[in-house]
Amino acid sequence: MDQIALLDATERYLANEMAEQERLMFEELRKTNPEVDQFVVEHLFFMGQLDRYAELKLYRANIYDVHHTLKETGDITELKPRETGSVIQFWNKYRRTIAVAASIAGITSLALWVIFAGLSPRSSRDLEELRRKVNRLEVRTNSQDVQIKDVKRKVDPNATISYGGTGFLIDPRGYLLTSAHVIQNASQLFVQNTKGQDFKATMIFTDKAKDLAVLKIDDEDFKPLGTLPYAFRRTSSDLAEPVFTLGFPKDEIVYGEGYLSALTGLKGDTMSSQITISANPGNSGGPVLNKNGELIGILNARQTSAEGVVFAIKSKYIISTLEELRKSDSSFAKARLQGSSGMRGLDRTKQVEKMSNCVFMVKVID
Amino acid sequence: MGYNTPFSRINLGQVSNYYKEADLLRRLANNEKAAIETIYKDNYRLIQQLIVSNNGTEDDARDIFQEALIVLYQKARSGTFELNCQVKTYIYSICRRLWLKRLQQNRKFETPVDNFEEIVPVEEDVEAHAKTEKQYGIMRSALGKIGEPCKSLLEAFYIHNKNMTEISAFFGYTNSDNAKNQKYKCLMRLKKLFFAQYKNGN
Repeated sequence: MDQIALLDATERYLANEMAEQERLMFEELRKTNPEVDQFVVEHLFFMGQLDRYAELKLYRANIYDVHHTLKETGDITELKPRETGSVIQFWNKYRRTIAVAASIAGITSLALWVIFAGLSPRSSRDLEELRRKVNRLEVRTNSQDVQIKDVKRKVDPNATISYGGTGFLIDPRGYLLTSAHVIQNASQLFVQNTKGQDFKATMIFTDKAKDLAVLKIDDEDFKPLGTLPYAFRRTSSDLAEPVFTLGFPKDEIVYGEGYLSALTGLKGDTMSSQITISANPGNSGGPVLNKNGELIGILNARQTSAEGVVFAIKSKYIISTLEELRKSDSSFAKARLQGSSGMRGLDRTKQVEKMSNCVFMVKVID
Repeated sequence: MGYNTPFSRINLGQVSNYYKEADLLRRLANNEKAAIETIYKDNYRLIQQLIVSNNGTEDDARDIFQEALIVLYQKARSGTFELNCQVKTYIYSICRRLWLKRLQQNRKFETPVDNFEEIVPVEEDVEAHAKTEKQYGIMRSALGKIGEPCKSLLEAFYIHNKNMTEISAFFGYTNSDNAKNQKYKCLMRLKKLFFAQYKNGN
């Protein structure tokens, strides 16, 4: 009996779905064949474990629910510390010492803050936009490397590429989405694919408030792709959902992994969500995807005061902006936003492989 | 002394309480949210007091109380809960034991936990609970390791009791034989992962 048939028979046997005749035969088989018997016993035990796991999981979920409900209704409240608690006694005893120590600490930190604020130009801002300033030297070395492979480079190696970011296709015919701050003040735009090929692009739309911009690749060398592997998530995402991104914080594509750490952005901004991921200047405009390959947002900034705290504009707002654009711009009218992801169930390396054709480095010449 | 009969009244009260608690436990064993809520409302404050006044935090109180609810659930399901003590006393005893254990593990405080309620012996239940927790953890980690679509496929079949035709349609298998094949492979992987850890730990 092959193994799949054995499993099938065991399951029907344990579920009491066998006809009398078959059941007797199967029981005979168990008696004569210890391997079959062993398989049945093990399966029964394992299913017991799995059932118990499922039950407990449901029960736990119920407990958490009840706890939250009761907290909201006020049936559960936090206990106030007792008046005679040891901490209070300590406080009463050392009140004056603590006050002096605290004020010294306060003055010191204030003084340090003033010094640092004076020294660092950006520290007064909570947010740092993640567009990358490219210095001249980096561009030179890079262009020399690439020249060997690709003689017909479109970007004049002597031109100064001042800023860079990431963009990704929203329509296979060459429409890209990126962050508005990446391309501000641009006189010329180029996008580069993961193979190092440059394409000329033009900006067709920008919304500074939402920090979104749409570029169109205007280059005869660009070949439209078939379909895009990712979809736009229309509903809101879940807290703690694992996410990943691709971007160009350096001259090569970089993969990053993290999780959705809050449903709102800086200071409760509802347009963005907070993600804990490692991101650097150059990641701006990068797509944020969940495990099913659904786009849940676009990276645009990080918090300067904390490590790994990054913000992304939610897909909901991207969709509404693009729908608006479709109505107002005739060239964009035919663009279609993909509704279902072609990466569901794939492992991450395959997903990234599919994605990387659609993610571009955005180069800005000002 | 003749004008009231306190004993019969107390007995009547105890009898009705007995049935109330038996019913509560039955509903808890059926995983009814309302039963959890009743137990929460009747006991949480006391446990909060116990933990917070013995070097614990609000979060510790929540964790310990929820763990005790799991112990009570197992006990109610196994049908071995003897109603010779009240649910309240049982929960209190479990929480106290779990908290002592936690304090000892952390070896931070050697002072005994203040006691302000009557307790019943619960050592065996707490030990049995530690064992099921461990098995739960093994299954969870095994399910976490098999990856997608295996995890969803097995959960759909074994936990949510979907049939093979529904599963083939949902996961996009061309026929139910393909789905069966995939299910077999996934289950074998899960079993292998589970038993590897299970045999290690026991």
